[in-house]
Amino acid sequence: MIEVSNLTKRYAGRTAVSDISFAVARGEIVGLLGPNGAGKSTTMRILSCFLPATSGTARVAGFDVFHQSVEVRRRIGYMPENNPLYPEMRVREYLKFRARLKGLGWRRSRERVTTVMEQCGLADVGRRVVGQLSKGYRQRVGLADALVHEPELIILDEPTIGLDPHQIRAVRQLIKSLAGKHTVLISTHILPEAEMMCSRMLIMFDGKILAADTPENLQRRMAGSSQVIAEISASAEELREHLAQLPQVAHFNVSAADGAFLRCTLTPHDSLDIRPMIWLLARERGWVVRELTRHRHSLEDIYVQITQPDEEENE
Amino acid sequence: MKIFLTLLRRELSAFFFSLTGYIIIAAITFLIGESFAQLIDGLGTDPWPMPVTQMFFGSIYFWMIVLLVAPVITMRLFALEKASGTFETLMTTPVSDFQVVAAKFAAAFFFYVVMWLPLLACLLIVGRFTNQANALDSGTVGGMYLGIFLAGGFFLSFGCLASALTRSQMAAAMISLAFGTSQFALAWWAKNNPVSDQWQSQLLSCLNIFDQMNDFARGVVDTRAVIFYASLTMLFLFLTLRLVESRRWR
Repeated sequence: MIEVSNLTKRYAGRTAVSDISFAVARGEIVGLLGPNGAGKSTTMRILSCFLPATSGTARVAGFDVFHQSVEVRRRIGYMPENNPLYPEMRVREYLKFRARLKGLGWRRSRERVTTVMEQCGLADVGRRVVGQLSKGYRQRVGLADALVHEPELIILDEPTIGLDPHQIRAVRQLIKSLAGKHTVLISTHILPEAEMMCSRMLIMFDGKILAADTPENLQRRMAGSSQVIAEISASAEELREHLAQLPQVAHFNVSAADGAFLRCTLTPHDSLDIRPMIWLLARERGWVVRELTRHRHSLEDIYVQITQPDEEENE
Repeated sequence: MKIFLTLLRRELSAFFFSLTGYIIIAAITFLIGESFAQLIDGLGTDPWPMPVTQMFFGSIYFWMIVLLVAPVITMRLFALEKASGTFETLMTTPVSDFQVVAAKFAAAFFFYVVMWLPLLACLLIVGRFTNQANALDSGTVGGMYLGIFLAGGFFLSFGCLASALTRSQMAAAMISLAFGTSQFALAWWAKNNPVSDQWQSQLLSCLNIFDQMNDFARGVVDTRAVIFYASLTMLFLFLTLRLVESRRWR
């Protein structure tokens, strides 16, 4: 659906996107993730034919975004950042205007507007003026606008920004329900959001794509260094002595927890799961174990690790 | 064409469903009324040697309207859309740049035409209640409106260009006001310097919008003036189109 190759965008004196390549298959929901200023919006603007690329090519549904711009624009529904709308129009009127602009006939646009208004929970605000709606409703108007002509590709730039948790959930549900029928490209800087909605994530930083994988795979890649936390009731010297003898443990740290318990943080070699060994050791020594958990890296950690400038070379 | 009409409808609704539209119309009606009062004063009862329409152009109010109204009408066309970001949603739908520019100019022009309708009522009152037999005929009224529309197209198209230049409505209004004023200054200078054989003064006489308007109001349609206004309107619209397109190669 989307093929981007060696795309670069330079603004005066600043490179917003530098030499990125990626592809998105039909029906996928892909999250474009990164801190502010990573080049997400620029990439989306190029894909939606609003800005030209400095070099490189981008194709949507086989059409070049620069040379066959009208064909591309027919096939995309784009909601820009901050979701700009005409404040003086009524909701239904606005959506109808947008549907007509996107080439829908009179009857068809009426049908589609009714459908998307129901889909986005706008059925009872159709006659309200856009400028007087709450932020949540306005966001839904923007979404309804992106969906109204049943585009093959939907590009949403930060669709949940500024919404309350309830509204965020509703928007996520809506986006999830689009999977399969539409291809969706979402940008966000909120991790759990991407984790929840997307079948694949592209992590952008400083104009480059640093990682591209499914949320599970990204997590697995980091699981190698996952630590084990154990809270054990034993004397500190005994504990240290026995833990040091375990060949699988690379290094460990023992600190006092509340009560008679000690908190051990163990880092294994490779990606071994050392929990059974700890358990066996504790049983053998007759220690009381209160907690034994493997601390998996959340995507949050991965994200922070990947997008930290100093650690770029690790990738 | 369908898309053009959709865009035109939306632009017109922006004019007529907003307070600013009515404030402009009210202000213009007031100014027209003011010049009408002046006209009535001047007419008295004796037969007047020149058409009423020509008198109207002699009043300062007409020129105030032309000078002030074009920036006010056109400043929001592109600047507001750029500032609020709706320009992005607009240009990412399958519309052509030409359709957008044409619809915006057409809407501004339509509003301008509507704005001048009260003048017609004033002229009808003059024709009905005074004994100025030669005051009104279809030639002079037609000529006057042609002049008004040509001058309007000229200043409005420059207003479009100014609005496409910037994302600030205020800056757009300033630019087109500065253009209007300098145009007036040139015309004033040309009016006070009689035409000689030199090409400079020939050229300047083309810019003399005061005398051109006077001709129109007498029912004299000078093709030079028509071509002057029409071609410059086209030029400014063409430049506006190029500016809108420029985001693709900038």
